[in-house]
Amino acid sequence: MTQAPEITFAGQATIDGATLFAPLTLSLRPGQWTCLLGGSGVGKSTILRLIADLETGATFTGTILASDTKPVENRVAYMAQEDLLLPWATVAQNITLGARLRGETPDPSRLADLLTRVRLTDHATKKPAELSGGQRQRVALARTLMEDKEIILLDEPFSALDAQTRADMQDLAAELLRGKTVLLVTHDPAEAARLGHAIEVMSPRGLTACATPSASAPRNVDDRETLETQGALLKLLREQST
Amino acid sequence: MTRYLPALIATVFAVTVWQAIVSITGLPKFILPGPALVAETWWTNRAVIAEHTFITFIEVMIGLVLGALLGAITAIQLATSRLARMLVQPMLVFTQALPVFALAPILTLWLGYGLWSKVAMAVLIIYFPVTSSFFDGLMRTPPGYLDLAKTMQATPRAVLWQIRIPAALPSLASGLRLAAVYAPIGAVIGEWVGASKGLGYLMLLANGRAKTDLMFAAMLTLGVLSILLHWAVRTATVRLEESHSGRSRAQ
Ligand SMILES: Nc1ncnc2c1ncn2[C@@H]1O[C@H](COP(=O)(O)OP(=O)(O)O)[C@@H](O)[C@H]1O
Ligand SMILES: [Mg+2]
Repeated sequence: MTQAPEITFAGQATIDGATLFAPLTLSLRPGQWTCLLGGSGVGKSTILRLIADLETGATFTGTILASDTKPVENRVAYMAQEDLLLPWATVAQNITLGARLRGETPDPSRLADLLTRVRLTDHATKKPAELSGGQRQRVALARTLMEDKEIILLDEPFSALDAQTRADMQDLAAELLRGKTVLLVTHDPAEAARLGHAIEVMSPRGLTACATPSASAPRNVDDRETLETQGALLKLLREQST
Repeated sequence: MTRYLPALIATVFAVTVWQAIVSITGLPKFILPGPALVAETWWTNRAVIAEHTFITFIEVMIGLVLGALLGAITAIQLATSRLARMLVQPMLVFTQALPVFALAPILTLWLGYGLWSKVAMAVLIIYFPVTSSFFDGLMRTPPGYLDLAKTMQATPRAVLWQIRIPAALPSLASGLRLAAVYAPIGAVIGEWVGASKGLGYLMLLANGRAKTDLMFAAMLTLGVLSILLHWAVRTATVRLEESHSGRSRAQ
């Protein structure tokens, strides 16, 4: 895999003529996790979807550039809150979906390796309905990794999980996505505090860069500095929403 | 067994009411024959009834298969081509405004008195429900799947075959269940307009000769045939949906 690029998103968006967000600049540092934290409706998903070149209800004026000047949209892998697993396909078929949709033959050794890494080897031939929420989200993570893209866009992928499964998934994702340029959209200050190499709080007024804890991500759930950061982030969110 | 108990009770109830009406009103048997007489007629004429039932059954089955195929192909064409939608959709609406019955004499004129005019009627009557329910399903693919496919640089063809069609199969299944109800109606209308075989023909013939008991026997046989057909299609499509979603339906 080539070195992950830096991505710079700069611009503004309107919906039906009304401002969704004023001009702002968001940089995703190469090979690092950038957490975009904010309340619902501020436009976090819109930014992520613009980077992925997906439909949004907004009109965007601005630029989305990669440091290596190559196009961005065909180098992203996308993971959303819903796992988007095809119910009629097996775990293995879901993980290899990308290759099948491009008319390519999936690499079986890569599949086997990923199944091991997300601890689903025994479930490869099962249908998604037979799995728990956490297992399903691990399949979605494996599918994202199978794509072998340099830029990973995560739109609240863990927010539907219970607290302990969510913490497990955060650890697993941090481990498996090491070296990628990651944008994690979240409304959860604890998640941002655990995972971010950079944390940007988004509000109707724009972006505010926040200090991150000194421990390396993923940080322990009971790390004191991480908990303090979490508190500071929540406070900032509450101040900015008024 | 308890699954069939309500149906059994309903049947006994209907037969009782029927017999009661016959006994109370004292209607002559060429107006309203009683259940016992109809059963007896059915038994003495069983060979004739079986022969005509077989013909109607064949018409319905061929009609179902052809109608489902044509409907499915049309739905896919409509879902994948804006041009097809522009050209064909108004025509579909027009053909729906036209009672299919009105076409029966023309079909008999074009296709003759044999099997094919009845098959054509069955096809015509089921074509629209199959097409429209499958088409709706194809146009209502969950948007998240399409987003995912786009970030994967999927080809439109692969999206159609691996996402849109599988996701629309439950809609196709509900169209097929409707088709199973409509197809016998189409075949019988075809037989009424002009035929020398089939349950519809037998009903007309019996009616014309004031053999009302035979007409009832033929009509009830048609009812049973329709119910069995609907049940078979239902069972098959539910199985399909279960294996499709990897989930078994709660009973
Ligand atoms: N397809 C759309 N059409 C019109 N408005 C939309 C559409 N998608 C989102 N919006 C609006 O844009 C705003 C921002 O949405 P979104 O980016 O999803 O917010 P967030 O992810 O921060 O919760 C919301 O007010 C939402 O109602
Ligand atoms: Mg969102």
